[in-house]
Amino acid sequence: MIKVEHLTRTFGPKTAVDDVSFEVARGEVLGFLGPNGAGKSTTMRMITGYIPPTAGRVAVCGFDVAAQPIEARRRIGYLPESAPSYHDMSVVAFLGFAAEMRGLRAEAKKRAVAKAVETCFLESVLHQSIDTLSKGFRHRTCLAQALIHDPEVLILDEPTDGLDPNQKHEVRSLIRRMGADKAIVFSTHILEEVEAACSRAIIIDRGRIVANGTPAELKARSDRAGAVRLALRGPQAEAAREALAKLPGVARVEIVSDEGGAVAVRAFPDQAQRQAAFAAQLAQAIMSRWSWTIAELHTEEGRLDDVFRAITRPDTAREPAAPAPERVAA
Amino acid sequence: MSARSRVWTVAKRELAAYFDSPVAYVFIVIFLLLAGFFTFTFGAFFDRGEASLGAFFMWMPWLFLFLVPAVGMRLWSEERRSGTMELLLTFPITTWQAIAGKFLASWLFLAIALALTFPVWLTVNVLGDPDNGVIVAGYVGSLLLAGAYLAVSSATSAMTRNQVVSFIVALVVCLALVLVGFPPVTDLLARWAPPWLVEAVAAFSVLTHFEGFQKGVLDSRDVVFFASVIGFALFVTGVVLRGQRAG
Ligand SMILES: Nc1ncnc2c1ncn2[C@@H]1O[C@H](COP(=O)(O)OP(=O)(O)OP(=O)(O)O)[C@@H](O)[C@H]1O
Ligand SMILES: [Mg+2]
Repeated sequence: MIKVEHLTRTFGPKTAVDDVSFEVARGEVLGFLGPNGAGKSTTMRMITGYIPPTAGRVAVCGFDVAAQPIEARRRIGYLPESAPSYHDMSVVAFLGFAAEMRGLRAEAKKRAVAKAVETCFLESVLHQSIDTLSKGFRHRTCLAQALIHDPEVLILDEPTDGLDPNQKHEVRSLIRRMGADKAIVFSTHILEEVEAACSRAIIIDRGRIVANGTPAELKARSDRAGAVRLALRGPQAEAAREALAKLPGVARVEIVSDEGGAVAVRAFPDQAQRQAAFAAQLAQAIMSRWSWTIAELHTEEGRLDDVFRAITRPDTAREPAAPAPERVAA
Repeated sequence: MSARSRVWTVAKRELAAYFDSPVAYVFIVIFLLLAGFFTFTFGAFFDRGEASLGAFFMWMPWLFLFLVPAVGMRLWSEERRSGTMELLLTFPITTWQAIAGKFLASWLFLAIALALTFPVWLTVNVLGDPDNGVIVAGYVGSLLLAGAYLAVSSATSAMTRNQVVSFIVALVVCLALVLVGFPPVTDLLARWAPPWLVEAVAAFSVLTHFEGFQKGVLDSRDVVFFASVIGFALFVTGVVLRGQRAG
């Protein structure tokens, strides 16, 4: 339902979005990840038609955003990054305005407002002026505005920003629920959110897509994915590491901790070995060779965190003139 | 949904925003006080010995010069500053509909302020027997004049997120529109410029075109002039809003 083709946007000499293409079908929830300034918001602004692209095109539900903006926008609910709203209005007046802008009148408008209020838990502040609301409530008011016409496409720029943990959880499950029959794109800096709510994730860095896949696929790209974590009783840490590293199929071993009488290590399989059997083989090899006790053993899934860090360069590495801090050099 | 109802939805919200803030009431009070003051003291209303609103309308171009930009300065500046422009312009409306809606709301607000000067009209009708046709023409002219200033303010407020800057630039542009037809200035110009040039320049002045209304003459050319200023300034507003997003 959303089709983005070769989207590019420059600001002066700077390219904020560089040849980005992707599609989102009905029933999909796409997580948009990337470091600050990667171009997430800029891409979303181009999808909603707020800013025109320098090159490329966007189609929403078959309508070209540049050629038929009204038709396309009718089908989009949009939560902009800063969650703006008219601060001089009350929550209910603001939502009424949004409903009218969406062509809803009289009964339909009332029902839409009531539904959005319920979905976003705004009952308690209904008649309060927006400028007296707390940040989280303001954010939810703007989110309610995006949902008011039950759109087929939702573009949410950091929908959980500024919400408390309970509300974050609510919004995530709301996104997952709505994702069943809508096409949703949302950006976030919280990686667990991607696993909790997305069917697919795109990581974008300096305007380019650097990864695109299901959360599981992305996690599998982590070098920790498929590694086996062992806790052993008996050997010295260094001795265990050297011994294990010599086993067939083991690429390298690192020491995780060495306290309380047990040594925790992480063994990485060499490429040919990346499979479930690795843990079993490892256990067997250990038991047949040494008299160590295996206190713990499990295969690691890999973490999005690692993938994210590995494929997007840290902010500090961006400025070539700045001396690299030791943390990065290490 | 028709284009008209979208424009009206925008206008309604904008108008409500005026009346929800104390600024609207302060503005109306100041406008009425100044209008009364200029008419009855500066205008030497009682010395004239004639029942008319000549003095009242004579001061309009100058009074509006400060008050209209004050009404119009927030139109787009505020929208940009608070980020609501991103919301407004991603609703299913065209930029033109949004511009028209916001302009109409503030114009309507000025019309209401103007309508509240009816005690002045009552006064002259009690004191004497004025030509009410001339007065109606004066009101129509004043409304068009306010619209022209307002459209200019709309354009300047689209250019900046700072309301003060928006106000000052609008004031300067409107002042230029007044001065090119202001007798002391045209007299100065006439000293070295050929008469046709002086006349051509004066044709761009709101004063020149407001004169007819003051005399009670509804000339279509004057109406067209004000309509063109409004149309052009709103067009500039649209170009500026688009230009900003295109970067
Ligand atoms: N109006 C603008 N004028 C100039 N540069 C801009 C403009 N808008 C965005 N940029 C630049 O484009 C790049 C991408 O910005 P964008 O807001 O899309 O990042 P983002 O991925 O949303 O970041 P964040 O995670 O901080 O929200 C940034 O370098 C930003 O400075
Ligand atoms: Mg952003």
